[in-house]
Amino acid sequence: MDIRVQQERFDAGAELNGFDPNGAGAVVTFTGLVRDVAGGLEEMLIEHYPAMTEKALREIAAEAEARWQLSNVLVIHRFGSLQPDEPIMMVATASRHRDAAFEAATFLMDYLKSRAPFWKKETTATGENWVESTVKDEEALKRW
Amino acid sequence: MNVVYFAWVRERIGLPHEQITTDAATVAELVDELRAREARYEAAFADISALRVAVDQELSDFDASLKDVREVAFFPPMTGG
Repeated sequence: MDIRVQQERFDAGAELNGFDPNGAGAVVTFTGLVRDVAGGLEEMLIEHYPAMTEKALREIAAEAEARWQLSNVLVIHRFGSLQPDEPIMMVATASRHRDAAFEAATFLMDYLKSRAPFWKKETTATGENWVESTVKDEEALKRW
Repeated sequence: MNVVYFAWVRERIGLPHEQITTDAATVAELVDELRAREARYEAAFADISALRVAVDQELSDFDASLKDVREVAFFPPMTGG
């Protein structure tokens, strides 16, 4: 398991190449990018809870390992000031079977979205706005 | 105990964290105590359903006990990913 909370940009391709599947036949990765918004996004600021963040990510990844047979898990999540198209976060899962790798990656994404202590603030030409969680985000957890 | 605020809760209260001495037995009692302090706390805690709480860095509930607790954090629903 490799869990990283960092300010620095990362290279998703390099991370994939460096991700050790430990002999598994399937690797699934997801990379989340800063999306532009109408009006033109000037900055996305990601705040987090340093004392809690890594622990929360480890617990979520450990839950994925308990539910699926995974031979490796990677979670990278950034904080600080980001620009449109920059990578925000990435997950990678390795398993003997692709269904497990896909499902575990989706599970990780659903939980990171509403159970990892990050908050996003968008700045556009018209002002600042905290991104709000959606009912859909919370509903997504119920399938697990 | 250390009380920590994030995102718009931090902005409304105007502080990232503060040390608070309290006799509150639960998170909800602490919230009531803070709301009674000043308008900026009332503004931050006006709608509890819009808030989440972590007790000693674990997600928790507003009826959680504060016995032996060192840190309580208040924040809006998380938006990671």
